[in-house]
Amino acid sequence: MANVIIEKLGKRFGAATHTPAALQDVDLRIEDGEFVTLVGASGCGKSTLLRILAGLETHTAGRVSCGGRPIDGPGADRAMVFQHYSLYPWLKVMENIKFSRQLRANREALTSADVEAASGRADALLDLIGLGKVADAYPNQLSGGMQQRVAIARALMGRPAMLLMDEPFGALDAQTREVMHDLILHIHRVEKPTIVFVTHDVEEAIYLGQRVVLMQPRPGRIHSIYPVPLPAQRTQDMKHGAEFRALKHEILARIRESAGVNTDQDLLERLNLAGTTH
Amino acid sequence: MKEKNTVSPRPSLWAIGATISRRQYWLFAVTGLLLPLVAWSLLTAGDWIDPVFMPSPLRVLQRFQTWLMDDDLLRDSAISVYRVGAGFLLSAVLALPIGLLIGAYRPIEALLEPLTDFIRYMPAVAFIPLVMLWFGIGESAKISIIFIGTFFQMVLMVAENVRGVPRAQIEAAQTMGATRGEIVQLVLLQSAKPAILDTLRITMGWAWTYLVVAELVAANSGLGYAILKAQRYLKTDTIFAGIVLIGVIGLLMDQAFRWLHRRSFPWLHSKG
Repeated sequence: MANVIIEKLGKRFGAATHTPAALQDVDLRIEDGEFVTLVGASGCGKSTLLRILAGLETHTAGRVSCGGRPIDGPGADRAMVFQHYSLYPWLKVMENIKFSRQLRANREALTSADVEAASGRADALLDLIGLGKVADAYPNQLSGGMQQRVAIARALMGRPAMLLMDEPFGALDAQTREVMHDLILHIHRVEKPTIVFVTHDVEEAIYLGQRVVLMQPRPGRIHSIYPVPLPAQRTQDMKHGAEFRALKHEILARIRESAGVNTDQDLLERLNLAGTTH
Repeated sequence: MKEKNTVSPRPSLWAIGATISRRQYWLFAVTGLLLPLVAWSLLTAGDWIDPVFMPSPLRVLQRFQTWLMDDDLLRDSAISVYRVGAGFLLSAVLALPIGLLIGAYRPIEALLEPLTDFIRYMPAVAFIPLVMLWFGIGESAKISIIFIGTFFQMVLMVAENVRGVPRAQIEAAQTMGATRGEIVQLVLLQSAKPAILDTLRITMGWAWTYLVVAELVAANSGLGYAILKAQRYLKTDTIFAGIVLIGVIGLLMDQAFRWLHRRSFPWLHSKG
């Protein structure tokens, strides 16, 4: 059974009809427990699509459902990890992870056994992200990579069916990103949430995803869907394999086409001329 | 080849955004405070300036002493502090929830913000005749002036503080299943608290300004009244003493707010 069903999905911002739609005729099925990555040039609607899945944005055409229920508004079954500024700086690491425990939605009909289990889960998550030693630190005392690990643990705390990630590693340096990639793959194996992951980094999209959904702008829509020809258990050296490189090459070429950057020789010469005459 | 006598260049104090030591900071701060005092002393040292026009620092200090000993300085200060405190507290108690609601809910913003903006531009001083008509010249009149002078600004600033909460903090709570009330209480309020405390610190300064305005017009006690009375009898030293005292009390309150800020928000002040 597909976990997420998106049919003829469309999205327009405002009432403007002369601008291209943010999303138009998007059809996508995501299986339970699947790891799907969304890539594409800026303006292709990948973040908008993710935010519609989260219920943070409404759609203006078509249908979208999660676990058989139409999505209308955010819910604890679809946790989101943002690029940054989403941690609560006034709460310590452990308090951030346990934030959802104080919400009414999680407090109702709670037995003491549940509370104990939740506390055990928070500890386990803290160990999973390798931050047991800084449980009592405040977020601004941590590096960017550590902060994102806390944000992931916090999102996982309520056992969401789906984990939605909006360029979560976009602000991190290359080395930290690689560590984070293996962490999120590990989490996917252990917790088995359905993960939808938006990125502008094609290599990241291929390395993490079981399928890569390539989108294109004006109007935002799905260009093509690439199954990733790699075994489920990924290792960093696969990035140098022929299949990996070929797929990366292919996707990058398609993105370049849709981005519409002008590399026309005449134009470049005009730019040069304009630069030297002054 | 070994290079000798190479001393790493000392970073300039005057580089843009340079870091300076605590000692250097205090050195400059004390200089900044002493310079006007020295200039004042020099100006009044000879007798080419009439003390009625500008008394010497020493005379002002002596006046402080006689005011304290013979003329009830403490009572004047206490009544003024009480008025500022009451007017300011009344403002804060009402402005905090209203500002929070304006910052959180767009319909309430549309309902109240243009109105508040409109009233904010009416000079509080112009309300004095009306306030005297409604409240006479009792304590409630002075508290009302301070309230009118601070409340509307405070509402707008608190609303802005709440709107400054990062969107991702709110949306993260939404995707964890938080209700609207929970977001207001657990995210907006908590996140905006430090900025709101700064707003209170700044508006406290304005409350002092309006206190003096209120006491100049309609009072028979307090520091502002003492200044006004001194003007009538050309007691310039009392005017100076009153102004300096208000400055000192304001500075102390400002420092108290800063101390509270450091104490209440360790997460903001514990970087590294």
